[in-house]
Amino acid sequence: MSANESTEHNRRDFLYIATAMTGVVGAGAVVWPFIDQMRPDASTLALATVEVDVSAIEPGMSVTAKWRGKPIFIRNRTDAEIEEAKSVSVDQLPDQLARNENLGADAPASDLERSAGEGKENWIVMIGSCTHLGCVPLGQAGDFGGWFCPCHGSHYDTAGRIRSGPAPENLHIPNYEFISDTVIRIG
Amino acid sequence: MSGGHSTYSPKTGIGRWFDARLPLPRLVHDSFVSYPVPRNLNYAYTFGGILSLMLVVQIVTGIVLAMHYAASTELAFDSVEKIMRDVNSGWLIRYLHANGASMFFIAVYIHIFRGLYYGSYKAPRELLWILGVIIYLLMMATAFMGYVLPWGQMSFWGATVITGFFTAIPLVGEWIQTLLLGGFAVDNPTLNRFFSLHYLLPFMIAGVVVLHVWALHVTGQTNPTGIEVKSKTDTVAFTPYATIKDGFAMIVFLAMFAYFVFYIPNYLGHADNYIPADPLKTPAHIVPEWYFLPFYAILRAITFNIGPIDSKLGGVLAMFGAIAVLFFVPWLDTSKVRSAVYRPWYKLFFWLFLVNAVFLGWLGSRPAEGWYIPAMQVSTLFYFAFFLVVMPILGLIETPRRLPNSITEAVLEKNKGSGTAHPTGATASPETKG
Amino acid sequence: MNSFIKGFAALGIALGAAHAVQAAEYPLVKPVEQDWSFAGPFGTYERSQLQRGLKVYREGCAACHGLERVSFRTLEALGYSEAQVRALAAEYEVEDGPDSSGEMFTRPAIPSDHFPSPFPNAAAAAAANNGAAPPDLSLIAKARAVERGFPTFVFDIFTQYAESGPDYIYSLLTGYQDAPEGYNQQPGTYYNPHFIAGTSLSMPDPISDGQITYDDGAPETQDQYAHDVAAFLMWTAEPHLEARKRMGFNVMIFLVLFGGLVYLTKRKVWGGVDH
Repeated sequence: MSANESTEHNRRDFLYIATAMTGVVGAGAVVWPFIDQMRPDASTLALATVEVDVSAIEPGMSVTAKWRGKPIFIRNRTDAEIEEAKSVSVDQLPDQLARNENLGADAPASDLERSAGEGKENWIVMIGSCTHLGCVPLGQAGDFGGWFCPCHGSHYDTAGRIRSGPAPENLHIPNYEFISDTVIRIG
Repeated sequence: MSGGHSTYSPKTGIGRWFDARLPLPRLVHDSFVSYPVPRNLNYAYTFGGILSLMLVVQIVTGIVLAMHYAASTELAFDSVEKIMRDVNSGWLIRYLHANGASMFFIAVYIHIFRGLYYGSYKAPRELLWILGVIIYLLMMATAFMGYVLPWGQMSFWGATVITGFFTAIPLVGEWIQTLLLGGFAVDNPTLNRFFSLHYLLPFMIAGVVVLHVWALHVTGQTNPTGIEVKSKTDTVAFTPYATIKDGFAMIVFLAMFAYFVFYIPNYLGHADNYIPADPLKTPAHIVPEWYFLPFYAILRAITFNIGPIDSKLGGVLAMFGAIAVLFFVPWLDTSKVRSAVYRPWYKLFFWLFLVNAVFLGWLGSRPAEGWYIPAMQVSTLFYFAFFLVVMPILGLIETPRRLPNSITEAVLEKNKGSGTAHPTGATASPETKG
Repeated sequence: MNSFIKGFAALGIALGAAHAVQAAEYPLVKPVEQDWSFAGPFGTYERSQLQRGLKVYREGCAACHGLERVSFRTLEALGYSEAQVRALAAEYEVEDGPDSSGEMFTRPAIPSDHFPSPFPNAAAAAAANNGAAPPDLSLIAKARAVERGFPTFVFDIFTQYAESGPDYIYSLLTGYQDAPEGYNQQPGTYYNPHFIAGTSLSMPDPISDGQITYDDGAPETQDQYAHDVAAFLMWTAEPHLEARKRMGFNVMIFLVLFGGLVYLTKRKVWGGVDH
């Protein structure tokens, strides 16, 4: 093969490779919008916060709000329930983490860290979705007086912590804050 | 799929193992790699590939739209607007789908007229042609039902008018219309069944396309000379020759498609379809999408009774007849010569027919009044005369030009004229595998 | 190139363009074409104009016309901050509910709400307006297109004319005039030769010079109001126009580049073959 032919050959190979690469880039760019469209749309994201008025909820009463398509349990706990939750030592729990979005990932699952915090320990706000497979637990039921998931028998205590059954984690606590004494904003 | 014997010989152990159990790579190789195609195909022959691409585009964008669309009269219009406003890239996907339908029809019309020009329907390709007409019919049904889904004013009234065709049928017409609508007017049941069928039909089209390609690979492609392939020097291998040429044509076509989608996405649509459907208020002028306009003109050209057939039934029969006549084209054309290149008179009538078809389309967008009506009637008459009179008679009386002996001879003759002839030895090289 | 392809190319333009158009009678006077910042391949909305247009809508149109497909949160695209949008939304009352006692109630709107319509339903709107319900304006800029006629509609492909909606809105708003001598004016209608479906419409001339106060020094004339609200309504109808044209430019550049490469490859592949 002469030098001339070899240059010609290289030039041709370069052209073929450049064309193929451009085609691959184009195909990739086309695929993206078709994946992108599956993400939550703008109207769904706009509903990512809800405000709940809790002024009418007396101790021992609960309300269920809806946030991102899931139930949110908001409970004004009685003193007895708080005491019961406090009496349990964290190292006896199956899941020793608070699972509280408002705190660090390594916060312990003490009653204070599960509740709305200092001075608002009577309030507990949780995503009402069993950490096993997502059923909605029943309130004030089960062996520990907290929540009980009828699907597969998970028992949660009065602080929403898993105590027995297949669920691996405590009920999750979403981002929320009291924007006034009586209004909670979730999300 | 190719008629000849296979040239596929797997080089790896896995390849041989697979080939002995499921010879799918062999099928692909024989159909889309080593498959011989005439070397003189021009760009008019790239529209088959473009149409396959458009079918894929429509199915993929359609599946995505169905993830966000709600087929209910209460929600349909809103859900389409939600796609346009809130869904990520939703506006892009919807404009691709809506304009894609038009592009699909542009491509199919060029494909059909290419077949008419080069006599691609002649023996032994009658079934290939008929399968193509079936695909065209399915496309029209799919497009019509798809246009109803956004539930705008034109959606609603288009559906009302088109299902109204069936009431022209004596005795059972009303019953058939009620059956199609699932009620006494276009309403929620109609929308739901149209959505279901609109989702189903493209897959039926894909099925018929497989048969269409199969039939093509049995008989082989025609070519601009209309002379059958006689020797290896008449053909080149599908890959890389036809693939790269088809690929280039697809990109040019996509550029036109993109131009419409990104710069004038509503040009081919009708403004009234941005008004939610109102069953109590008909728009001033109901017109179908542009690709149905020639048939719409034929429908409205029949303003008179023919014996026992009233004008309403006559219009519907003429319109369906305009499509049905395509099925008989292989037998209506009596000429022994395939390609219009060698048929001076047929060539003239072909172009007249094409101009007439475009004119019919324009008339279809006009109101049925004044001089438009006689124009529609003359145009309709010519449409049918082309198939029923010109095609049979011309084949018998026309003197064709001298035909070359083979594709190779035609190619060499042409290139001698333009002074770029290559040695014949070089032309034989591509098809060495065969 | 053979004659088939050449002939087809010549006819292609007409074939592709022979699309649905409206009948010829109305409007008596075609929309007057205006210069729009969002026209053409690189068009963008002018934020200050959209803000003025919103003001015109709120003070001049909103009493009768809804904007139900537009949510307040999207107004951030007009250049407002989230706090401004929140404050603007709060000026509207929307119905919500039912509350715990089963009653519907009204509350101040939040950004995820849509513009509330002035009438609870079309029948109420018609009843309050002499039987002619004022249309919702969310999509009006795409729902009104006056026939362009041959051969203009062919040229429109190449000039990318897609502003027939705003042109129509502008022309209608500035087109009210006294009916000609001997014209049979129906009571409750107003003469306007730019109206798409007749010679008179039920809407009286909605805005006049000086009616709306602008904060940014733009002229407070009917002409300016009409421009601004037409641009705003184009935005409500086609909020992703800028993203579309921007992406379109990238796509076209890519296709030209890729097409060029494929063409060169095609030439190489076919290099030794007469065809």
